[in-house]
Amino acid sequence: MKSSVIIFPGSNCDRDMDVALKKFGFKNQMVWHNDPEIPKSDLIVLPGGFSYGDYLRCGSIAGKSKIIKSVIEFANSGGLVLGICNGFQILTETGLLPGVLLQNKYQKFICKNVYVKINNKENKYFKNIKKEILELHIAHNEGNYFCTEEEMKSLNDNDQIAVTYCNEKGKEDEQFNPNGALKNIAGIFSKKKNILGMMPHPERMIDKYLSSNDGNFFFENLIENLK
Amino acid sequence: MKVKVIVTLKNGVLDPQGKAIQQTLNGMSFSEVKEVRQGKYFDIEVSTTDEKKARTKAEEMCKKLLANLVIEDYKIL
Repeated sequence: MKSSVIIFPGSNCDRDMDVALKKFGFKNQMVWHNDPEIPKSDLIVLPGGFSYGDYLRCGSIAGKSKIIKSVIEFANSGGLVLGICNGFQILTETGLLPGVLLQNKYQKFICKNVYVKINNKENKYFKNIKKEILELHIAHNEGNYFCTEEEMKSLNDNDQIAVTYCNEKGKEDEQFNPNGALKNIAGIFSKKKNILGMMPHPERMIDKYLSSNDGNFFFENLIENLK
Repeated sequence: MKVKVIVTLKNGVLDPQGKAIQQTLNGMSFSEVKEVRQGKYFDIEVSTTDEKKARTKAEEMCKKLLANLVIEDYKIL
């Protein structure tokens, strides 16, 4: 399975993602934002970080960059695109995913472990995943998911809510919502479920000596589903 | 010529920065301040001298990049 991680000026989770993808058997390639094209891939990843210094709005400049046109084409033809953290912000700015990530409700950069619940397993990302509540890491200042009422209705009607913040038992409650996101949303799918954007970082949770290893469930499962 | 654009958050969209500024102003004894909403201002130099054309282009820029219409409104001054 081939994957490509796109690097923008200011991306900083690109190498962690590279390590994670390779650990689980992906043949990963790093693609610089100015490269003329993206090599043939089964998965494209937009990593976390602060692309273009978060200028204007997080993800807005990357969302209009040259390479993003190829990402949009790939996504529109059904290709798998995963956006983590800043990658999620970029996906909303391109219009590939609805809504927007606002500044956190409590004006703080949040850097901590959280639990998220997988809401929909009928897709390549989570089908057959062995664990439904994952402990993952978040590190963001703009992770407060917001969308219009019509967009929320459409997200619900099409089962697009991918992961939600919860406690270790899976209880979704305002007290387990770190950033004020609508409906505790931590990640959403596109209508066809080939695009996934989420704030938590599975690539930071692949080694029990460093963190937890719940990210392993995610990557292990993803490559199995792609085979 | 110059085109000036203001981008503001829509009503009802949370603005923690505006809130922090409001609280600071209140703390500085500007007790009359009830709410602050923070926005963005763009000063854009364009090569055309045709005002109508410049405004049409600016409108397009707002829709495509300067504002995110899910949460923001724009005004061309």
